[in-house]
Amino acid sequence: MAKSRDDIFEQVSEVLIDALGVDDDEVTAEATLMGDLGAESIDFLDIVFRLEKAFDVKIAREELFPIESMMSNPDFVKDGKLTEVGLAEMREKMPHTDISSFESDPDINKLGDLFTVNSVVNYIESKL
Amino acid sequence: MRWIWIDKFVEFESKKRAVALKNVTLAEEHLHDHFPGFPVMPECLMIEGMAQTGGILVGEAKKFSEKVILAKIKKAVFFDFVKPGDTIILEANIESIADEAASTTGKITCGDKLIAEIDLMFSHIDQNMSGLKFPDENFVFTDMFASLLKGIEISENK
Repeated sequence: MAKSRDDIFEQVSEVLIDALGVDDDEVTAEATLMGDLGAESIDFLDIVFRLEKAFDVKIAREELFPIESMMSNPDFVKDGKLTEVGLAEMREKMPHTDISSFESDPDINKLGDLFTVNSVVNYIESKL
Repeated sequence: MRWIWIDKFVEFESKKRAVALKNVTLAEEHLHDHFPGFPVMPECLMIEGMAQTGGILVGEAKKFSEKVILAKIKKAVFFDFVKPGDTIILEANIESIADEAASTTGKITCGDKLIAEIDLMFSHIDQNMSGLKFPDENFVFTDMFASLLKGIEISENK
């Protein structure tokens, strides 16, 4: 039987609580992994490993968190902002993430805010 | 000098699990201060011993081509003291391994007693996200570590 979105959210929450040492009431749908939950780079890999185990799926880190590879491409980033090409790439690579508010001011320093609990749930939902 | 907190490997299954042994002795000077009159092996050094056991296991999985660095202590729970004269067994299992990193689960026992459960994450630092460059020389896996693997047969796993 397919998992409901609530079930997925529940399991994703458990992964984040264990990986980041946060309290369950901190893990809301809108919480950002870096800003609100304090995730650092190695935590993203930890989260990927734990999600793979929890949902029995194979996850390429580049697929769930494709930011690093984008940042290093000069076509995508100019003067600290994402270019049109970069934004187009992002829409294609990160359909699980809502970037509508980011598009008006694509400051790369705000990229971290795009990774919310919801975006992880969306991604997992698309994989199952 | 590097401090090595395991004495030897007793089992080594490539890409899967490694078991190391350490004899704890009162000749280790820090035990005199930790604590005066009550010498016990510091828990942080048990974590380091597990990091060495798991780190070498993870390193061997890629034939020591990566620089493997302890990146995160996912879990470290201690159940009992380790005293001079004790022989502890450190067992590490690879849970996940990818191009950039690996995670291990592990436990330390002394005879039948469970001493600790320690789960770790290692980073392959040349594959780091920020693109930082490190020296070509593999400064992690030096001769000192290589000597630990002498005399132990490494069984292959796919």
